[in-house]
Amino acid sequence: MEFIQQMINGISLGSIYALLALGYTMVYGIVKLLNFAHGDILMLGAYAGFFILTFMGVTPASMLVAFIFSMTICAILGIVIERTCYKPLRTSPRIAALITAIGVSTLIENGARVIPFMGPNPKQFPTFTSINYDVFGINISMVQIVVLGVSIILMVLLNYIVNGTKMGKSMRATSYDMDAAFLMGINVNKVISFTFAIGAALGAAGGILYATAYPQVQPYMGLMPGLKAFVAAVLGGIGSIPGAMLGGFILGVAETLTKGFISSKLADGVAFGILILILVVKPAGLFGKNTNEKV
Amino acid sequence: MLKKVLSVALVLTLVITTFAGCGSKAPAGETGPIKIGSIMPISGPVSAYGTQSRDAIIMAVDEINAAGGILGRQVEAIVEDDEANPEKTKSAFTKLVTDDGVIGIVGALTSKCSLAITADAQARKIIMISPSSTNDTVTDAGDYIFRSCYNDSFQGQVVASFAYKDLKAIKAAILFDNTNDYSKGLTQTFKAKFEELGGTVVSEESYATGDMDFNAQLTKIKGTAPDVLFIPDYYNTVSLIAKQVKSQGLTSTMLGADGWDEIANNAGDEVVGSYYSNHYSPDANDPEVKAFVAKYTELFGVAPNALAALAYDATYILTDAIAKAGSTDPEAIKTAMMETNKKFVTGQISFDAKRNPIKSAVMVELVKGTEPNKPAVKYAATVNP
Repeated sequence: MEFIQQMINGISLGSIYALLALGYTMVYGIVKLLNFAHGDILMLGAYAGFFILTFMGVTPASMLVAFIFSMTICAILGIVIERTCYKPLRTSPRIAALITAIGVSTLIENGARVIPFMGPNPKQFPTFTSINYDVFGINISMVQIVVLGVSIILMVLLNYIVNGTKMGKSMRATSYDMDAAFLMGINVNKVISFTFAIGAALGAAGGILYATAYPQVQPYMGLMPGLKAFVAAVLGGIGSIPGAMLGGFILGVAETLTKGFISSKLADGVAFGILILILVVKPAGLFGKNTNEKV
Repeated sequence: MLKKVLSVALVLTLVITTFAGCGSKAPAGETGPIKIGSIMPISGPVSAYGTQSRDAIIMAVDEINAAGGILGRQVEAIVEDDEANPEKTKSAFTKLVTDDGVIGIVGALTSKCSLAITADAQARKIIMISPSSTNDTVTDAGDYIFRSCYNDSFQGQVVASFAYKDLKAIKAAILFDNTNDYSKGLTQTFKAKFEELGGTVVSEESYATGDMDFNAQLTKIKGTAPDVLFIPDYYNTVSLIAKQVKSQGLTSTMLGADGWDEIANNAGDEVVGSYYSNHYSPDANDPEVKAFVAKYTELFGVAPNALAALAYDATYILTDAIAKAGSTDPEAIKTAMMETNKKFVTGQISFDAKRNPIKSAVMVELVKGTEPNKPAVKYAATVNP
């Protein structure tokens, strides 16, 4: 019984990792860049949600507004970051872009510390009163249902965009071969901007969900989930969308089960141990070879 | 040749600037203001403590200066921010001692940060009085290290005996921060006392500073059905844990220590019905407390928390000792500190051989406030040493 309970805890945590890992993996799939500022987009998304929910109070309607507002803001930010920081470096060595990404991350974190209405001190994130449901002796909370539900809806939506729309087709083409896609008349710049926007919007949604589950916002809150999502993306095979989803869930469950049945001190060790193991045993990740699914 | 000339010039410039730096540093002389340093977490995870403590120190110093200062000189307080990060505490300490030339330090606030500088303070003969570092080992570094709060051995015992005797709890669970000296110390003393009284600690789970997800640990704790759950950490982490306690459907009474001070402003109704130990209760019927609370509230617009009261007391203990010593000689101040025996805001204070004050603790309860999700604090009991 306790095992099933821990599985539910793990899946709930894993769905947030999965949402974030999607952002990593999509950007990597298109421009071969590890966008280390992705965790900080989560933080900005959570803050955007924080302002909406503080002004409007916590109701289902205001939650919806918070999601839309925060995802829009972060999508725009994602495009701005791409245009100003990454685009000029598109032809430079990949290490330069990687270092820039770390720089952007540091800039956002420390920028948030000095912006007066964000500030360095943790703030309580407004959430609905927790309701618990008892299903055959297993305790499931409202928060867990919301987190899992919203994640699944967004993942289905993403799947449709990538596989069922014209833009999705362009994304897949660009990912497969950027130069060839360009020659075939695809506006590569537009596709890359769109990818960053989608990735950042998912990050923002992940931010609100993360803050709903762990109701506190502070400038460094994106750091740890960002790293974990990176591990999840590598685990699933960086560049692969189903891989990122599966990687997120595996990581969340592994972490929770370690805390629950071995020792809470080892949880982070196991998470990053998985990264090392994957890099040694199967560097391409679980779905790494499946290039057709690559975005 | 040009290279050589340049390098000689560079070396000369360096040497000159180094000496210039030395010259400008005012040694603890006999003129000018008496400088007291303070290291507080003014930003970061426990900023509510740091800002209030800083305000209380400045209020105390202003009062002393208005009354003519000490030894006929004004007192100047220099406050540095350490963000509750021991690395930053160290650099703040070096700055205060070498650049500002302070003779004493009120701080640091958290045990982890204080422990980072006690050895240096002892070696440099800087009188250090921490207002609120309760970890037992803080004063171990030597006879220049004092504190104005009781220590965790006492505090852990207070909470344990309150749980066993007043709440009639038999089974206790502990969820603590394994990377924090304060949290670990309290866990040990609580456990020892609770088991000595006849209770059992059925579950002892840990996490690391910065963790956000406690569902796994709480699921495990729930399986052992404890009467009380002791969470010895600071208010920000506690407010996160408390929400997850409720969403896991855990109904044990939550207990905490002085790190819970300010929880009423940082958590919702999920903490109602919990108890924690504290240094004083602002609603106490005591002239010193009343005067302090009234003046602080008038100046800063909020009621002072316990850590503000401790910082205020620490400032007075230090300046009283300097006045009594009649000089800024560290030896003399240290001896005068040991002779402290006076009533302050947080109670009658005298020091034992290990420079810990001998004083009482209060237990307070969190009750429903006038507004929803704004819990209030109610005095529950006083426990004497």
